[in-house]
Amino acid sequence: MTVEGDAVARVFRAERGRLLATLIRLLGDIDLAEEALAIALEAALVQWPAEGVPDNPRAWLIRAARNKAVDRLRRGALFQEKRAALETQAARDEEERLDRERARREDAEGESVEDDRLRLIFTCCHPSLAIEAQVALTLRTLGGLETEEIARAFLVPPPTMAQRLVRAKTKIREARIPYRVPEPGDLGERVDAVLAVIYLIFNEGYAASSGEALVRGELCGEALRLGRLVVELLPGRPEPRALLALMLLQDARRAARVGPDGEVVVLEEQDRARWDRAAIAEGAALVEEALRLGPPGFYALQAAIAAVHGQAARAEDTDWRQIAGLYALLLQAHPSPVVALNHAVAVAMAEGPAEGLRRIDAISQAGALAGYYLLPAARADLLRRLGRLPEAAVAYRLALTLAGNHAERRFLERRLIEVGGAPAPERGQ
Amino acid sequence: MQYLLMIYADESRMKDVTPADREAMYVEYRALTDSLIKSGHMRAGDALQPTSTATTVRVRDGKTLTTDGPFAETKEQLGGYYLVEAKDLDEATKLAARIPGARQGSIEVRPVMQLPPDYPRPQR
Repeated sequence: MTVEGDAVARVFRAERGRLLATLIRLLGDIDLAEEALAIALEAALVQWPAEGVPDNPRAWLIRAARNKAVDRLRRGALFQEKRAALETQAARDEEERLDRERARREDAEGESVEDDRLRLIFTCCHPSLAIEAQVALTLRTLGGLETEEIARAFLVPPPTMAQRLVRAKTKIREARIPYRVPEPGDLGERVDAVLAVIYLIFNEGYAASSGEALVRGELCGEALRLGRLVVELLPGRPEPRALLALMLLQDARRAARVGPDGEVVVLEEQDRARWDRAAIAEGAALVEEALRLGPPGFYALQAAIAAVHGQAARAEDTDWRQIAGLYALLLQAHPSPVVALNHAVAVAMAEGPAEGLRRIDAISQAGALAGYYLLPAARADLLRRLGRLPEAAVAYRLALTLAGNHAERRFLERRLIEVGGAPAPERGQ
Repeated sequence: MQYLLMIYADESRMKDVTPADREAMYVEYRALTDSLIKSGHMRAGDALQPTSTATTVRVRDGKTLTTDGPFAETKEQLGGYYLVEAKDLDEATKLAARIPGARQGSIEVRPVMQLPPDYPRPQR
């Protein structure tokens, strides 16, 4: 590739989300902005090698894309449909705003570009869109993933994913989902919605609910990038920092989490030399910042728990009392059977397996986690520690009937053999 | 006595309609609307965007919950409607959340289609 071609590719990769966000504001339509940006990029690939890279490639691409879009609207069948939108007062305001921007030195654009990306993430993560659509749109527009890549990551056929994106973009346009930062009164809830989307992307990458690959690093990497973006865009809020911390601390253990044969390696058996110490340090620092900015929230408490684990040099050095205390706070603020289960496990580690078992049996009797493999798995583990091996084997077998992916099943099968149970026959795909 | 006449159709079949058929249908609707205005029957009428643009709003414990898509619970039936002007979906959602029925039932928010300015409209 030529020097100029490289320049195009470099600017484009680094800037796609920013360029698209600005174009969506200027053109008022995601599809039109995506299309115009693709055409402008093609033009750059032709013109830059011939005429040299412009002083401000970003401004050049925006201008080119905007002109292409206007041309297209004038010529195409879309014209009738879009004319009304473009002629509204809002569009005229944007026109004036663009002219002012052009007049200004282009370096001074920085702030409004950040605003554009913030607007775009709130539009993509709007609660009136289905959650799968929020995830797909966020990855496509701000993450810059291709539709096929998103489809692969979520194990759906590409046409289905394409249809999901089209439908979401149509709804944004036709129902007029706003492209702006929410009012202060709504901001907290809307930030929560954005963070939920990012964490869902991370979790989908971290523990695939089905299929062979336990870790899909690409999605984790994308979630971390989006997490950093939101911290950068909303520096005064604690929750984005807490979520980024949580993701960093979990991702730091990724290499140690899967054994050579693809089986899950539980926290206490992980080779801690393979943990990413830099990520743990960054995550721990971010938790502290988040806790200074506000009262501990859902992500901050989980991140604090992950940080306590991350700071133990050996599994036996883990401060389980502190972890049990943090889970107690989490359970108080966000009561859920899964948190109760984790709390019970921490109590078992801090106070002994008998107390943990008592709590797990209470959760089990409440019936809320029926079908959740980690409940019998945790119960089996405590029975094993108490030396009640036949009961442990029964619980491992139950967990095996519920576990979703192969890595989880292999771990449970190994434990089942350890407690003297016969391995269960392989379950069909 | 006023009646709300609700027009149900299979949206999935709309994509197979040819532009000519669409045009013919439009002309037919225009003529009917014109006729209903002239005869004094028409109070308000609009074409709605497809259900894929719908948002359902519920208020529970003072919290506004929005979900994608139309309200499809068959054990509750349409009991009334407001036609409102709002600058975007956020504003429309806030208005929907103020309807008392949102606290027990659900309000489906559907954008109204923009028809050409020369489309017949009754005097309001």
